[in-house]
Amino acid sequence: MTETQSTTLDDLDRRIIVATQSGLPLVPEPFAAISTQVGSTSEEVMRRFQRMLENGIIRRIGAVPNHYTLGFKGNGMTVWDIPDDKIGHYGKLIGNLDFVSHAYQRPRHQPEWNYNLFAMVHGKDRQEVEQKVEKIAELLGDDNRGHEILYSSRILKKTGLRLVSDK
Amino acid sequence: MNRELDSIDRAILNRYQGGFPICERPYQAAAEIIGISESELIRRLERMLEQKQLSRFGPMYHAERLGGGLSLCAMRIPEEQYDQVTEQVNAFPEVAHNYARDHAFNMWFVLATETPERIGSVLEEIERRTGFRVYNMPKLQEFFIGLKFEV
Repeated sequence: MTETQSTTLDDLDRRIIVATQSGLPLVPEPFAAISTQVGSTSEEVMRRFQRMLENGIIRRIGAVPNHYTLGFKGNGMTVWDIPDDKIGHYGKLIGNLDFVSHAYQRPRHQPEWNYNLFAMVHGKDRQEVEQKVEKIAELLGDDNRGHEILYSSRILKKTGLRLVSDK
Repeated sequence: MNRELDSIDRAILNRYQGGFPICERPYQAAAEIIGISESELIRRLERMLEQKQLSRFGPMYHAERLGGGLSLCAMRIPEEQYDQVTEQVNAFPEVAHNYARDHAFNMWFVLATETPERIGSVLEEIERRTGFRVYNMPKLQEFFIGLKFEV
């Protein structure tokens, strides 16, 4: 299952995405504000939002918390080597843990890179991250053929992900 | 100095990491559920955004479904060439985020391109310009990603 599926978006959808990819206007009638910006009506903008939510273009609408400023200073990208035929089972198990924010299967590049499961683990500090990683290791038992924690030491670049070009 | 979250801020965060209503006055509808006024909800969201306790408030788009290409890439760069390669890699507008990590694979970046096909050619161009291999690690499968971050 790869995720290259794309649903057809028309011009209005694209204008709505460009207008809201960095956030919803913080005004009493945000959809009316967006409609003015994209040249439509608030009813139409709400209909588009509803449709994009239903077909998965929008994952969800709400607050995106910043783990770091909320006190989770230890954020480790953990990587695991587990049997490919069990990845669906373990991926769901690990993805559902309350201290894991994302879990993905990614390709190995053997022999240099043997890990196929990535999970972002959040804790107050590195010690807490390590305790949580131990819990994952226990869950995996003998199916854990190796794991590592990669901490980020520096942000080299961070620009907003521009999902849709405004040109 | 940032003001700490109080119990109302936490209630907002725990209730609305998803499921924000789509209606003419959504802040009013959401505020009613929390038990505060519309203007107070807006004020609290503004403050949490300003203090960066929230990185965003609004729709979270599913990048792969918008028709563009997206991938995580890693490189192994010797320490003495690290700064130079960082500059070369960051110069590509397709490189959205780039993180240094404590590992032999010490550079990790996200590539975002207009079309999925462009990922391969941008990777080749980065390899040509830096002289180092780029390990392409696109998402093969996603295991959900909850709205479960409790504060």
